[in-house]
Amino acid sequence: MTQTQKLINNGYDAVDEMLQGVMAAHAAHLLRPSPRAIVARHGPRPGKVALVIGGGSGHEPTFLGFVGRGLADAAAIGNVFASPPPQPIMDAAMAANGGAGVLFMYGNYAGDVMNFDMATEMLEMEGIEARTVLTTDDVASSPDRGRRRGVAGNVFIFKAAGAAADLGLPLDEVERLARHANARTYTMGVALSACSLPQTRRPNFDLPVGEMEIGMGIHGEKGIRRAALRPANEVVDEIMDRLLAEMQAMRGDRVAVLVNSLGSTPLMELYILNARIAERLQSSGLQTHLTLVGPYCTALEMTGASITLMHLDDSLQPLIDHPCDCAMFRQG
Amino acid sequence: MSYQTQHLAALFQGFASLMTRERDTLCRMDGMIGDADHGIAMAQGMVAAQVAVAALGDCTLQDQFNAAAKAFLNAVGASSGPLYATAFLWAGKVAGQRAQMPLTETPQIIVAMAEGIAHRGKAQPGQKTMLDAWAPAAAAIGAGPLRADIAAARLAAQSGALATTDMIAAIGRAALLGERSRGHPDPGATSAAMLISVFCDQIERLAQAKDIP
Repeated sequence: MTQTQKLINNGYDAVDEMLQGVMAAHAAHLLRPSPRAIVARHGPRPGKVALVIGGGSGHEPTFLGFVGRGLADAAAIGNVFASPPPQPIMDAAMAANGGAGVLFMYGNYAGDVMNFDMATEMLEMEGIEARTVLTTDDVASSPDRGRRRGVAGNVFIFKAAGAAADLGLPLDEVERLARHANARTYTMGVALSACSLPQTRRPNFDLPVGEMEIGMGIHGEKGIRRAALRPANEVVDEIMDRLLAEMQAMRGDRVAVLVNSLGSTPLMELYILNARIAERLQSSGLQTHLTLVGPYCTALEMTGASITLMHLDDSLQPLIDHPCDCAMFRQG
Repeated sequence: MSYQTQHLAALFQGFASLMTRERDTLCRMDGMIGDADHGIAMAQGMVAAQVAVAALGDCTLQDQFNAAAKAFLNAVGASSGPLYATAFLWAGKVAGQRAQMPLTETPQIIVAMAEGIAHRGKAQPGQKTMLDAWAPAAAAIGAGPLRADIAAARLAAQSGALATTDMIAAIGRAALLGERSRGHPDPGATSAAMLISVFCDQIERLAQAKDIP
């Protein structure tokens, strides 16, 4: 089988070379206290809860792009699609620690849970309290909310928690708002072609031309079903039906929308999707408070997109509006 | 006849070259039900473990296992990192602060690794994970004789790994597939059976050389 084409050197060096490039571009925003830990230059401060995010690489700008004042204080960076080990998680937490506790937030995957839990145990030995809020926004991944994966909704969920921490709220309250944000965020995606890992450069699943996988995860995990590719509006309708059914919003409620590229799908297609999304929201009587369109949580070069709705309320809307200044995301 | 640090260092060399050789096969298997990186994690982890063990000077078997645990974990993270790191730490406790152990005690390394993996991963047998190779291998080890125990462990690991094909994943990334995970062997159980096989081959060779039953 032929290998996929990538602008890389050695596949095993991809993550470290990327980080080298990130630091060269964003030194005004970021520090790199250890090889796989990234810390916001102006985020952490005494008395503030430290929000530490992290996970595998290959989802850029998730996670490192959301490190900055008003959002995450630090991120631990794993190999491609693999949880970081406990040490860089510790390094990120220690660098971000302001004496008010650490909140770990990351997608709900077995590997991440094991590594972050080991880091939590190590922090306890240092006398630092760390709590965890898992993101579980992928509605296609399980009927059981607690077992779902965390995907692109991370952006809104981290944003809300980061704003709460930036406002100086105590750990209990930041944790409560983070859980609240997660509970009100819903994502579903569709994949049109596979991604490939830099180390193997082989497609990591088979998806024949002309087909799509509904509910595909951000590492190429199978979704709900395979189907023939259909026009954008029909794909949006299937996803929106599912998201709106889950969300159970009332007419007049406000939502934040994220139309996310999984890597290769261009802005033109994302905006085509958004045209239909906006129609659907309007016909459901929902108010769109904010729309983000672009690559926010990718799966390497996978073709496809995901739609996220965050069901806003009076506690979440100010957090979503709160200014943040990250290397790859700014608001306010 | 004893199992010495030079044997354990050679074992890690064997693990590293086997996982490097099987990397793409394991990635393809993982691609069917997971995220296609299992072979990469195992190869990277075992190579790091081998290098760390080889770098040790005068040391004990437990020092070697501890160094392997730390190196594997830091090279990999993922889910195999914590699982194999814990397995090696628990194996180190059995091997102990000594430069050699009686060959007849070596099957307890398999038992300790299985227990470490069960402890860290909180999986039950039958949930389509690496434990479905490790747990049957550990259970197959009785009171001896050594070569009978080792042969039984190898066979149990292989049939355990094969049996995952018909299982529905109940834990880990593949669990969300439900029924769609059936029909594919678990890559974690497959790599586990490969590792157990290499270990059993080594013990068998050493026992044979000394005419230990």
